[in-house]
Amino acid sequence: MARQNSSTAAAQPIDLKPGLAGLTEDWASDQRTFKKVPWGKAMMWIFLLSDTFIFTCFLISYMTTRMSTAVDWPPVSEIFALSLGGEPIPLILIAIMTFILITSSGTMVLAVNFGYRKDKKNTVLFLIITAIFGASFVGMQAFEWTKLIMDGVRPWANPFGASQFGSAFFMITGFHGFHVSCGVLFLFIIARKVWRGDYDNEKKGFFTSRKGSYEEVETMGLYWHFVDLVWVFIFAFFYLW
Amino acid sequence: MSQNEGQQHPLGVYIKVWVLLFVLSALSYMVDYLNFQGYLRWTLILIFMMLKAGYIVAVFMHIKWERWALSFAILGPPTVLLVFVAIMVIESDYTYLTRNLFFGTGS
Repeated sequence: MARQNSSTAAAQPIDLKPGLAGLTEDWASDQRTFKKVPWGKAMMWIFLLSDTFIFTCFLISYMTTRMSTAVDWPPVSEIFALSLGGEPIPLILIAIMTFILITSSGTMVLAVNFGYRKDKKNTVLFLIITAIFGASFVGMQAFEWTKLIMDGVRPWANPFGASQFGSAFFMITGFHGFHVSCGVLFLFIIARKVWRGDYDNEKKGFFTSRKGSYEEVETMGLYWHFVDLVWVFIFAFFYLW
Repeated sequence: MSQNEGQQHPLGVYIKVWVLLFVLSALSYMVDYLNFQGYLRWTLILIFMMLKAGYIVAVFMHIKWERWALSFAILGPPTVLLVFVAIMVIESDYTYLTRNLFFGTGS
């Protein structure tokens, strides 16, 4: 026991067991639990866990109002239809938004990958591409909101059916859009840091005073994929129900 | 410390999952486009949703390669949300019933 150095992360047992044995040993090790995980990433995961609960609360309250209204729910597929030269295509804008978000998730993965290879130029490039996709997603959402508000949808009433539709729609997509907007902002911040060489020179962060490293790109990636993940559920429950 | 803690994997895995996500999204959109209804609609929507979510978390967010200590800490707690969903389904059925009973149309 005397040789155990509890002060830093460097004191890891050499033989980290995989699987279930590893799970019990990590949690019972009287050291940090999440071994081989930088603290920033662990904290991001815990933040995302709390965010999962927030979004689930929104979706559950939406489910509850929808299941309990005696009035018919508005025909979602028709409301979000868009005519591109003639016939209205149901949900087309939402489908495009879904594809954009998935594309941006893919470019984010590439950015993380290039980051670990210390390929500065490509990392910045893909971070910016991801941010542009994210921004265009928010733009389309703004268009969608404008269209619905023009059609007379309000948080308290709408001309299509159950009055709870508006509040659920604006709350859920609004909160998600806010997450995307924050993500875009942070993507630009991280891209700037990569470009400046903060992660190559281990420049200390102005807020955390931790040495900069390309792991921060991965942490950023976790947030971005989470935003995509939430959209998967919103798409299924709000638009396809 | 920073040398061996990162998640570095060949690009091929990512590209495959990326394509798969596109296909799954297209399929779940087709569920609406082809206007499937009832249990078929719900089964398909939920299957495609869970597959997409699973692939994003497992591969894009690297949970597949993390140690179980982290994976369990992240994936365990959300399972209680299913209980919450079940409770609220029962609750909303009850509300629907009482609403129809007291404010019901026509009677």
